[in-house]
Amino acid sequence: MADAVVDYCRIASLWVRASMAYPASFWMMAVGSFLMTGLDFVAIWVLLRNVDDLGGFSLTEIGFLYGATGLGIAFADLCVGRVERLGQMIRTGRLDTMMTKPVPLLVQVCADEFAPRRFARVLQSSLVFVWAATYVDWTLPRALVAVEMVVSGSVIFFSLFVGLACVQFWTADSTEVANAFTYGGNQVTQFPMSVFPQEIVKALTFVLPIAFVNWYPALFILGRDDPFGLPEWLQLASPVAAALFLGAAALAWRVGVRHYRSTGS
Amino acid sequence: MSLIEVSELRRTFTVRRRVDGARRKQRTEVEAVRDLTFAIDAGEMVGYIGPNGAGKSTTVKMLTGILVPTSGRISVAGVDPSRHRTALARRIGVVFGQRTSLWWDLPLHDSFDLLHKIYRTDPARHRTNLAEFVELLDLGDLLDTPVRQLSLGQRMRGDIVAALLHDPEILYLDEPTIGLDVVSKGRLREFLRALNRDRGTTLMLTTHDLQDIEALCDRVIVIDHGTQVYDGTLAGLHEQGGSRRTVVVDLVDEAPPIEVAGAVTRRVEGPRQWLSFPADASAAPIVAALATSYDVADLSIQEPDIEEVIRQLYSRPPSEPSGRPSG
Repeated sequence: MADAVVDYCRIASLWVRASMAYPASFWMMAVGSFLMTGLDFVAIWVLLRNVDDLGGFSLTEIGFLYGATGLGIAFADLCVGRVERLGQMIRTGRLDTMMTKPVPLLVQVCADEFAPRRFARVLQSSLVFVWAATYVDWTLPRALVAVEMVVSGSVIFFSLFVGLACVQFWTADSTEVANAFTYGGNQVTQFPMSVFPQEIVKALTFVLPIAFVNWYPALFILGRDDPFGLPEWLQLASPVAAALFLGAAALAWRVGVRHYRSTGS
Repeated sequence: MSLIEVSELRRTFTVRRRVDGARRKQRTEVEAVRDLTFAIDAGEMVGYIGPNGAGKSTTVKMLTGILVPTSGRISVAGVDPSRHRTALARRIGVVFGQRTSLWWDLPLHDSFDLLHKIYRTDPARHRTNLAEFVELLDLGDLLDTPVRQLSLGQRMRGDIVAALLHDPEILYLDEPTIGLDVVSKGRLREFLRALNRDRGTTLMLTTHDLQDIEALCDRVIVIDHGTQVYDGTLAGLHEQGGSRRTVVVDLVDEAPPIEVAGAVTRRVEGPRQWLSFPADASAAPIVAALATSYDVADLSIQEPDIEEVIRQLYSRPPSEPSGRPSG
């Protein structure tokens, strides 16, 4: 495991050096990425200028939800890199060559073409999160849950990225479907669940449990009652949801690799 | 126990194809490799040949652990490749002729450096190996060039260095000379021969080019339609396949079919004539006889191509099962 992390960093640092060979391009991409992700928070802010609250939640509370899910997907995106392009790696035979190297395949796939500009997304989400956090009434348990929330959220999005990429072991390209779940999941969780009908919230809790990315732990941290009256222990269950996601993704990856058919030549 | 052991190896692929205008695609099983059994000892240089789509690459991918066999058993250096792929990777080197395992956008030097780190080779050993391979393959001037700017031949040499830096016991080469010019081919073959001689590296190469085999391999395994059709020496293959080489002669003037000892005239077209002779015979006496008895403007010799040899092998009535003596 430690070896895998070291190898990830070595491969990633090589790509960082490569991308720094073109500094202008790096800064343009980084700033572009920062502005693009920042734009959806501007939209929420504009919305909240005109109405007092959304689903019973204020602008700072929504900022907290937004920052938490944003950090989760930003860290996951930073780590998984181009895993969503797995189909392309299969078609070009690049995956074959990776399979002949003594580093776990997933580490190589995720570290491939590591792009430091992805830090822009982490930065943007951090800014919103820290700003919103200044309005929170902090206690030690709340702080611990906040750490656990960001870690679990990252693991959930990481697992979604990897697990959905595995579909490409069977079909040529499924990036669009995968995006619907990953980036779609991110957008859904930018809003308080109280704006959705109860059925959807239950689906996002028990079927595809992405509500654990931020909604349940945030209820705990913000000291709010669950608008749907669901059990309170759910507010501390994010690590369990994250472990389930991770297990499913690991299984999908393993089965996918053993099912791998390579290409013609 | 041999270094590489393969027994009753089989791999099928499910393909979906539309059968004669049928609306729905049907699933069919295609056997890429079936009932393959062979063993390769440490230090051997084995040519693994066969026509396109015969199952060569599929076999190499199973030997390296990339593909999981449908059934049968493989043992490479004592382990099952698909189960211990990452561990086995330290002990083998793989070169796919048509693709690179180098990092496309990075200078050659960075790729080598990264390989050194992820294989965790001893730094001193890495330096010696790198210096030696770079010298032998003449890559010194190219180390700072990004891989995408290298020519095919340069990239191939880079890939071979990359596959060898960690002192693998086995080197698999999949079509290593494809697309290379004659000089590059010659240099590469010389390098591989020295590698086997000096370091005892076991070599298995798949190729289309019979000259690769002639220059390098004592032993040939021929595969066609997924099954092994021959395992033995190259001379034995020519003998069994009854393969023949051809002398193409351009005479100064048109003439009746040439008669010369040891060769048969197959075709006459104006001043040009085609004479064939057994592939294991020397061309020298035939060329000498032609030069003394006829007014020759030009001549060239064509090697039998692999497809032809295999076709011959198949069209003959099956005699005793081909193979080298076991044990």
